[in-house]
Amino acid sequence: MERVVDPLAKKPSILHSQSETIGFLIMVLVLVVAPFVTYPLFLMQAMCFALFACAFNLLIGYVGLLSFGHALYFGWASYLSAYSAKAWGFPPELAILTGTATAAICGLVAGSLAIRRQGIYFAMITLALAQMMYFFALQAKFTGGEDGIQAVPRGYLFGIFDLKNVMTMYVVVLIIFILGFAFIYRIIHSPFGEVLKAIRENETRAISLGYKTDRYKLVAFVLSATLAGVAGATKAIVLQLASLTDVNWPMSGEVVLMTLVGGLGTIFGPVVGAFVILVMQFKLAPIGEWVLVIQGAIFVACVLLFRRGIIGEIANKLRIRL
Amino acid sequence: MFEIFGIPSTALFGQLLIGLINGSFYALLSLGLAVIFGMLNIINFSHGAQYMMGAFAAYLILQYSGLGYWPALIIAPILVGITGILVERFFLQWLYKLDHLYGLLLTFGLALIFEGVARNYFGSAGLPYTVPESLRGGQNLGFMFLPNYRAWVVAASLVVCFGTWFVIERTRLGAYLRAATENPTLVRAFGINVPRMITLTYGFGVALAAFAGVMAAPIYNVSPQMGAELIIVVFAVVVIGGMGSILGAIITGFGLGVVEGLTKVFFPEASNTVIFVIMAIVLLVRPAGLFGRRA
Repeated sequence: MERVVDPLAKKPSILHSQSETIGFLIMVLVLVVAPFVTYPLFLMQAMCFALFACAFNLLIGYVGLLSFGHALYFGWASYLSAYSAKAWGFPPELAILTGTATAAICGLVAGSLAIRRQGIYFAMITLALAQMMYFFALQAKFTGGEDGIQAVPRGYLFGIFDLKNVMTMYVVVLIIFILGFAFIYRIIHSPFGEVLKAIRENETRAISLGYKTDRYKLVAFVLSATLAGVAGATKAIVLQLASLTDVNWPMSGEVVLMTLVGGLGTIFGPVVGAFVILVMQFKLAPIGEWVLVIQGAIFVACVLLFRRGIIGEIANKLRIRL
Repeated sequence: MFEIFGIPSTALFGQLLIGLINGSFYALLSLGLAVIFGMLNIINFSHGAQYMMGAFAAYLILQYSGLGYWPALIIAPILVGITGILVERFFLQWLYKLDHLYGLLLTFGLALIFEGVARNYFGSAGLPYTVPESLRGGQNLGFMFLPNYRAWVVAASLVVCFGTWFVIERTRLGAYLRAATENPTLVRAFGINVPRMITLTYGFGVALAAFAGVMAAPIYNVSPQMGAELIIVVFAVVVIGGMGSILGAIITGFGLGVVEGLTKVFFPEASNTVIFVIMAIVLLVRPAGLFGRRA
């Protein structure tokens, strides 16, 4: 009988783990130096979106599930974080936790519905559920409708650190981003992550090996939603704003675009993609609606010519893992 | 005038009619999605944008050639259908061997391009398109007032829907289509040009969306974003109905339109979300969809 190679068996390679460590160190270094070179507020926003894209990538890149409704978790976490900080006077750490918990609960409900169908239906269901929650946000009183929740107080972290200071805020966002990134890295490289990859490659086989794949998919979904929530909740504190833009479908599309540009299923891809897309939006803001056309063109180009994304192409050229 | 459950009959039937109208668009669009998905294995995210293009084509035909509603109803779907054929030849045909998700992503990108271009040239505000002369006015049915144009929309989409069903389920061409959906390699071996059939199917599905767009133009304003939100609702309709059955898509489309209309009467706050709620319930009770087969 032919011996079947176990897809779960790890092949240890020094070069592989090294390339990721080096990449990680470069990323941290850049993020530490960057606020002295460019606008800290822009960088903080970009880090929130980078974490959002990393959370999304956990699903599409490592479980093969395309969620087209990740704005739901990002946006609702943003709303609850902003509302609890403004209306209930929560300190920033509690506000972010409140937002994150909201995203986790939404992720649990939406995830358990969406994993009942596979492939293309999964994408449509997540999109439809996100649109439903968009309408709730539109109609609910506390979200402020079209105005959103503005002038959210940043407050004092743990009652000590004044987040109105830009550099203090920057350090906090940087720490949240690094922790979130490291957590996702840990998930991907854990035995749990290996099962997720097995589901991505061949779900039927994973089932036949005795894994309850639905349960794995749900846990991955909730984790992804929760981390997207961390990003959204932090963003609300940083920009002091939560609005309908964050929950609407174009936001879901944007996070897909960021991940696609950076590289699906790569660890650093979503971070690079988020920065690239945000810089592009920032630079192209004067030309108005053409941004939409350019984003669409990037989608088309990525899918047709450039499926590995920026980081994926680099990793492929250098034959390393990033 | 009389009352049903404390609701004046004119209001009830009026909303029922609006529900039927929305239902005709849901049916036409989900039908097109199902036909395209059957042959191409791609969920056409740009379907909403192509519906919008149909409406704009009618508007532009009127502006630049003076041709009114009736010629537009034929010309606009053909023009937009041709753009669909070009899209299939230039973009989609390279994706058939890849994961389904890439088709979704590519057509999403196309939808952004179409919507973005429309916004640049026409702005976000809606443009008016008047009801054709021959369909102005309406009938007083006693219990309600029935505008002629709306009656026409419901009737026309019923005819088109069942015509499509007839062609696919009851003719030789439809038999080829269904066979090619099941096993394209075998059908090619019989000497049928499957790639051309795929191209034309996409063109037809897109033309169907454009046809719905032209019919929608006099009811809603012609605006760049008219397709974007509709397509998400249609996705929910497709999830509820399942894409396995043409008849299923038609029934689900009209049925959900009516349910939505009734919700507007009895519980207006939920009218935006009722279809999504139904989708969630269907997923709990019958995960494969009402007319779907378990994969």
